[in-house]
Amino acid sequence: MAFIDLSKNEIQAKIVYYGPGRCGKTTNLLYVHESMSKQVCGKMVTIDTKGDRTLFFDFLPLNIGKVMNMTIRIQLYTVPGQVMYNATRKLVLRGVDGIVFVADSLKVQKNKNVESLQNLIENLNDEGLAVSQMPLVLQYNKRDLMDSNIPLLPVAELESDLNSGLRVPFFEASATVGNGVYETLREICKRTVKSVIRKVGGQITC
Amino acid sequence: MSLILTKNEIGRLEEIISDNILDSGAEHVVLTDLSGNLIMERGSLEMEDIFSLAAVSAANFAATAEIARLIGEEDFALLFHKGGRRNVYFSRLGKDFLIITLFNDNVSLGLIRLKIGSAIQQMATIFEDRKGAGPWRS
Repeated sequence: MAFIDLSKNEIQAKIVYYGPGRCGKTTNLLYVHESMSKQVCGKMVTIDTKGDRTLFFDFLPLNIGKVMNMTIRIQLYTVPGQVMYNATRKLVLRGVDGIVFVADSLKVQKNKNVESLQNLIENLNDEGLAVSQMPLVLQYNKRDLMDSNIPLLPVAELESDLNSGLRVPFFEASATVGNGVYETLREICKRTVKSVIRKVGGQITC
Repeated sequence: MSLILTKNEIGRLEEIISDNILDSGAEHVVLTDLSGNLIMERGSLEMEDIFSLAAVSAANFAATAEIARLIGEEDFALLFHKGGRRNVYFSRLGKDFLIITLFNDNVSLGLIRLKIGSAIQQMATIFEDRKGAGPWRS
């Protein structure tokens, strides 16, 4: 649920990075946090286990400038990807305004990607939201491993597995080195802000 | 659904928080929604990480509500953390909002709870007045 504060001319929206365990959701946020100016992004909060797996969520607030004279403040969240943490994922999804689905390009993760996307669709339905109405961007992460001996899924196969029904923008990425991270973030911010402004219509001119 | 608050409504919320909660001795009050959006803050503390506090508090509140559900309770009546120098009291405002009150040991929890109860009733009228425009459900 976006919040619009007309006393400060500010829009706050929530974007969630979703995907299977170890696909690179936290790495996306870490890259943004480390590479962005501290005037733009706030302190990153991580609630993880001793093994660096996300237990609850990561959180990073961003101030991305102005649209229609309104300051846009984006709150980035990740969810824990492991199957057993579904209750936590549902809590983090509450009030979501936009989603980045991070898919793991490793061949062995093919089924996990599909299961996680299906889980996202089910969790959105439980919240009364339809994936078709939600600003959504796909990111195919770990493409830098293409040069290694590790078997990767071709982009065409990822598209067929995940995006044949959705038909949303996708980006190839390597979150550890930052490739595709900002392209993904820019696109989801654009779609989310557009969606929020469309939903509130003329009300923000009052 | 989005929540839109006008300058007058924010001003009225600030007034209620000042007159009820801050005047009773609380140090700082933060109003968030349960998605983690910061709606407003008021008080004497310099809060650098206010957005993080809002997000983590909303998550903490949601997780606690889930614990209540798992043990067969509808909700916990009291959600309070006692620190060495500062305490925090969480109270639900309607179905979708959360009031986070920071206070020290010079003020009793009982007084804070009493004043917040009164503030919640007054705030409810603001949200009820705009039924249909906002997500208020009592």
